[in-house]
Amino acid sequence: MTDASQNAGPMLAADGTPLKQSLARSLRRQKLRALLLIAPLLLFVLFSFIIPIASMLFRSVENGIVEKTLPLTVVALETWDEKSGELPDEAVYDAFVRDMIVAVSEKKHTRLGSRLNYEEPGISSLFRKTGRKIRKWDPEADAPFKEKLIDAEKGWGDVENWRVIKTHSRNVTPGYFLAAVDLRLTPDGVAAQPEEKQILVKLFGRTLFMSLIITGSCILLAYPVSYLLATLPMRVSNLLMILVLLPFWTSLLVRTSAWKVMLQQQGVINETLVWLGLVADDARLVIINNQIGTIVAMTHILLPFMILPMYSVMQTIPQSYTRAAKSMGATNWTTFWRIYFPQSIPGIGAGSILVFILAIGYYITPEIVGGTKGVFISNRIAYHISSSLNWGLAAALGTILLAVVMLLYWCYDKIVGIDNVKLG
Amino acid sequence: MSNDAAFVEFQRVQKSYDGEVLVVKDLNLSLPKGEFLTMLGPSGSGKTTCLMMLAGFETATHGEIMLDGRPINNIPPHKRGIGMVFQNYALFPHMTVAENLSFPLEVRKMGKDQREEKVKRALDMVQMGAFGSRRPAQLSGGQQQRIALARALVFEPELVLMDEPLGALDKQLREHMQFEITRLAHELGITTVYVTHDQTEALTMSDRVAVFDDGRIQQLAPPDLLYEEPENSFVAQFIGENNTLEGVVKSIDGDSCVVTLDDGSEIDAKPVNVHNAGERTKVSIRPERVEFNKDRLHADAHTLKATVKEFIYMGDVFRFRLSVAGNDDFIIKTRNAPDAVKLHPGQEVEIGWLAQDCRALDA
Repeated sequence: MTDASQNAGPMLAADGTPLKQSLARSLRRQKLRALLLIAPLLLFVLFSFIIPIASMLFRSVENGIVEKTLPLTVVALETWDEKSGELPDEAVYDAFVRDMIVAVSEKKHTRLGSRLNYEEPGISSLFRKTGRKIRKWDPEADAPFKEKLIDAEKGWGDVENWRVIKTHSRNVTPGYFLAAVDLRLTPDGVAAQPEEKQILVKLFGRTLFMSLIITGSCILLAYPVSYLLATLPMRVSNLLMILVLLPFWTSLLVRTSAWKVMLQQQGVINETLVWLGLVADDARLVIINNQIGTIVAMTHILLPFMILPMYSVMQTIPQSYTRAAKSMGATNWTTFWRIYFPQSIPGIGAGSILVFILAIGYYITPEIVGGTKGVFISNRIAYHISSSLNWGLAAALGTILLAVVMLLYWCYDKIVGIDNVKLG
Repeated sequence: MSNDAAFVEFQRVQKSYDGEVLVVKDLNLSLPKGEFLTMLGPSGSGKTTCLMMLAGFETATHGEIMLDGRPINNIPPHKRGIGMVFQNYALFPHMTVAENLSFPLEVRKMGKDQREEKVKRALDMVQMGAFGSRRPAQLSGGQQQRIALARALVFEPELVLMDEPLGALDKQLREHMQFEITRLAHELGITTVYVTHDQTEALTMSDRVAVFDDGRIQQLAPPDLLYEEPENSFVAQFIGENNTLEGVVKSIDGDSCVVTLDDGSEIDAKPVNVHNAGERTKVSIRPERVEFNKDRLHADAHTLKATVKEFIYMGDVFRFRLSVAGNDDFIIKTRNAPDAVKLHPGQEVEIGWLAQDCRALDA
């Protein structure tokens, strides 16, 4: 036991405290300082990003409204067998009337109506009308209610409406997610949406497909430009860089509208083609308000996001590599393909991820130039947020979009490796 | 049509990048097969440009570059068959060491077995046989240097160009690699053109050294001649440590002359670049050739009075800084031998030298 290092205990600092503790104390000030420096950003991100996302995730499954509005009914319905095909008994009707009277006085019944209307169209007006009629009923004196309610609104004599209420009475529902992939929750289990309402899966597919095409065309257009930027002398490449960045200084809306001018049937491109005689006057190309319009405009708008990472990666590839390859006897093409291209892949990867993720959630451009065939899933989300007010569905769609992006990111990491992504 | 006396030849080569300034001015140089030639010079002297013109990455503005008797001005780099080692090694980071070495053989469409054999032999040659499956980033600087060397040699080029290949290594490794490179070059009998700004490297490695300055070759000579008999004051200054005194030629007598320094004192020198009395000159004398032991000088030799300013102990040698004829940076070196004379700061001494050790060069 002559040597201190042979001691089994922890290393001690000069004053006898454990070294680790002593080190932690000396670093505490630094850590605190670092924390203070990032605190404003941290708070900002927390309130503007993390909390909204969490609330979106929550909203996509949240369904407390039924139980909150009709607490007694939900309990009473538990004993009813929805598969029997018979109407619930008097207890349920009694509970329902009591709940409704409270709900009507608090003006909450119409909101429940709209919520259930997503699942069963028409139920919203049933709630509204019923509300108007039973406002004056007295829960004690006017019982029993079964006949009376069916007399007042014959919708309550329909087993289907009761089944909808029972099916969606749970606090947490997969209903929105099912709706987001063109399915719905029925009392008999999960079923497909009616044919004419199945659009969301198709829209997801189209969004992914078109984002891929946009990413692909961005790669093709950006690669030569980036190469030129990285190899030209500084003075010329700076000028070229300004041209690349020029679109950034123009409003997104202006650029998209400009494409509308360019692409429409009486637009610049069609007029030129007709004037050149390449296209007949009565057979003008339809290149806007469809997928072509969206792809052209979005490729243009997202191009700088591809060029910048590519450029900064290519800039770091020293000229001596290509020179070395040539001195060893490789032709220009071999040098490019075996030496230059593999080293530029991190730039392609970074640009592709950036463009693809931006494209998949793009909203303004498809809205303006996409017509009906060229819109993305995000346009549908916007519709549910601002027009149909089905926030639960919008949240579910957004969550799925987020999951898809993360899944693709994961796939990319598995296939190419995320450390192969370089922004410079 | 093989021409062993002039395997590589620059004929009146000029190079300008902007059409206003000549980076290389009228370069004439020929080197025989198997020679190790070093281009030495300060940065911006045009030595790397010459190398790049030879490799084919820069085109000569004027003049002809010949390789083995053929003009190569219009042959693209990949058809010249010249091996090259770059300053930062330029090992392809996305390939393993073996793939790097295999690359020049692959583009020559060599069979797999033959490739593997040659790669193995080249790796063994630089004692890196066990590293074939590593990536360049997993190697140390010295190891990368060896691989770069092996890659430049693996396709058996007759001419190898090296552009400051040892610049990034530490001193000890550099000295070891200097030896290694010269050994390989001589064993394989390859012609080597080596660019460096490190004169020690140039002196220890080369058969001949071309000293570049201002786009011209100032002197082309074997290392010993370059050091002992510099032909002009640039070379004298650039190669090794050197003392310079300025003055006017008083008289010339065949192989020796007398120079009157600016402070009026007179010294003996050997006229190299001066031809007439009255010409201004810079005389150059190496620190180790200065004598302060009067017995070793001719009886009638001129001597100068000097004041010792500083003594620097360097282990194997003593170094003294003297004030001589108005020059405060006059350096003397003596070997640390048992009988060595030690001078002390403030001491007054008389110094002199043999006329043939002191060269009167251009002013």
